[in-house]
Amino acid sequence: MRLGPTTPSAVELPRHLIELRGRAALIALGALALAAASFWSLDLQWSQLWSAEAAKAMSKFAAEFFPPDLSPPFARKVALATAETLAMSALGTILPALFGLLLALPAARTHARPLARILTRLLLNALRAIPELVWASLMLIAAGLGPMAGTLALTLHTTGVLGRLFAEAIENAPPGPSFALRAQGARPAQVLLYATLPQIAPQLLSYTLYRWENNIRAATILGVVGAGGLGQLLSYHLELFQMARTATVLLATLALVLAVDGASYLVRRAMTR
Amino acid sequence: MLEARSLSATAHFLASFVPPAVDADFLRLVARETWRTVAIATAGISVAFVLAVPLAFVATAALSVSSLAGRMAAWPATVRQCARVLMVALRTVPELVWALLFVRVVGLGPTAGVLAIGLTYGGMLGKVFAEILESCDAHPTRTLLANGSGRVQAFLYGLLPQAATELTSYTIYRWECAIRSSVVLGFVGAGGLGQQMDSSLKMLAGNEVATMLLVFIALVALADALSAWLRRMLR
Repeated sequence: MRLGPTTPSAVELPRHLIELRGRAALIALGALALAAASFWSLDLQWSQLWSAEAAKAMSKFAAEFFPPDLSPPFARKVALATAETLAMSALGTILPALFGLLLALPAARTHARPLARILTRLLLNALRAIPELVWASLMLIAAGLGPMAGTLALTLHTTGVLGRLFAEAIENAPPGPSFALRAQGARPAQVLLYATLPQIAPQLLSYTLYRWENNIRAATILGVVGAGGLGQLLSYHLELFQMARTATVLLATLALVLAVDGASYLVRRAMTR
Repeated sequence: MLEARSLSATAHFLASFVPPAVDADFLRLVARETWRTVAIATAGISVAFVLAVPLAFVATAALSVSSLAGRMAAWPATVRQCARVLMVALRTVPELVWALLFVRVVGLGPTAGVLAIGLTYGGMLGKVFAEILESCDAHPTRTLLANGSGRVQAFLYGLLPQAATELTSYTIYRWECAIRSSVVLGFVGAGGLGQQMDSSLKMLAGNEVATMLLVFIALVALADALSAWLRRMLR
């Protein structure tokens, strides 16, 4: 028996794989160059971070956190701030669900004229592009320190997010029922109420819940700029170097985030089963 | 909030947004801070990547040698669980909180931002990397391990070829998120555009804030487009 000749050309890669490898190599090179330029241009204080002195300072800093201040009056204050955080996130999700729906109608192709559509989309994009925290520090000027600024910030950002998601849901609703109603001479409002909305209601609800989950997490940190909730307590006590109290607030923050993660995991599992 | 004085202050502040500040000195400052924002995000993602790769490598159960013979042995199972818990701990603390703490330790400036992004995103990347690796077809890897190859070899030749595209694409997506978050981190003193925006806000310099908001929106849109384009290229 004779074996066929095995020349290197027999194991040549398919053309598209070679191209893919070339592109991947280019991306990797670009990423490396960008990373190198970043490290080079930032005045990072690594040496300060790894010195014995910094290690001592850091371990002292960490040790000050213990034990956390769990005295009843302060624990009550933290519980109150946690409730405030939850309230901010709830209001900052319910209001945007309403505003988002109102804005989604002119933003969706199904119900609107082109000019109105472009303008609403621009507004939604602008609302969404600015992060909650930036909105919060802008709102501080209008609403002053406290949860009002945080709620407004969440409302503005979330309106942008939900408005866009809702508009897409409206556009992607199956056209059959609304077409049937329109053919029977129903007015646009009737088409919306009896054909489009009932079809997409579950989707709207699930988007809103998803945003609520997101907003609880956002609300815990919004306060860092002074917009109420746990974040405000955190930055307040950290600024005064009251580490035991800071530790308590940190624990509450972590507990809240973990609870939300756990709840969302359970709900998701229950829904997919 | 709706008192006349507060309303007029707000109106005054809003009116000062137009026209945005465009003098050459300020634009130069904004350009420098914008680059620093991108650099903080990139350096942060690099730190996160360096953290995430070994963590994901340790956490991936498909690379377990002991489980070739049935159940995974107790010791390796504990190590894997520890890696997972560490990743959860890293990403549960919001990056803004990491930044606040690091500002205390290393002082104001980009170091705190890089560390905050590095730790939080290290946890996120590690978790998702491990999930992507677990979702691959484990057969080639198991065969390699059963035939005596090391874990690194089994990873490089069994898992990585299947997962490389998805891993790259997720990392690029996270880089885009890191740019957004590095602006936010600036508000607690971690350098970049956010820090500049914070100080302009405190001085009620509306025109400067307007310019920086516009630059920020453009930056995010640019990063978004670049990341989408890169990820399309990999497909």
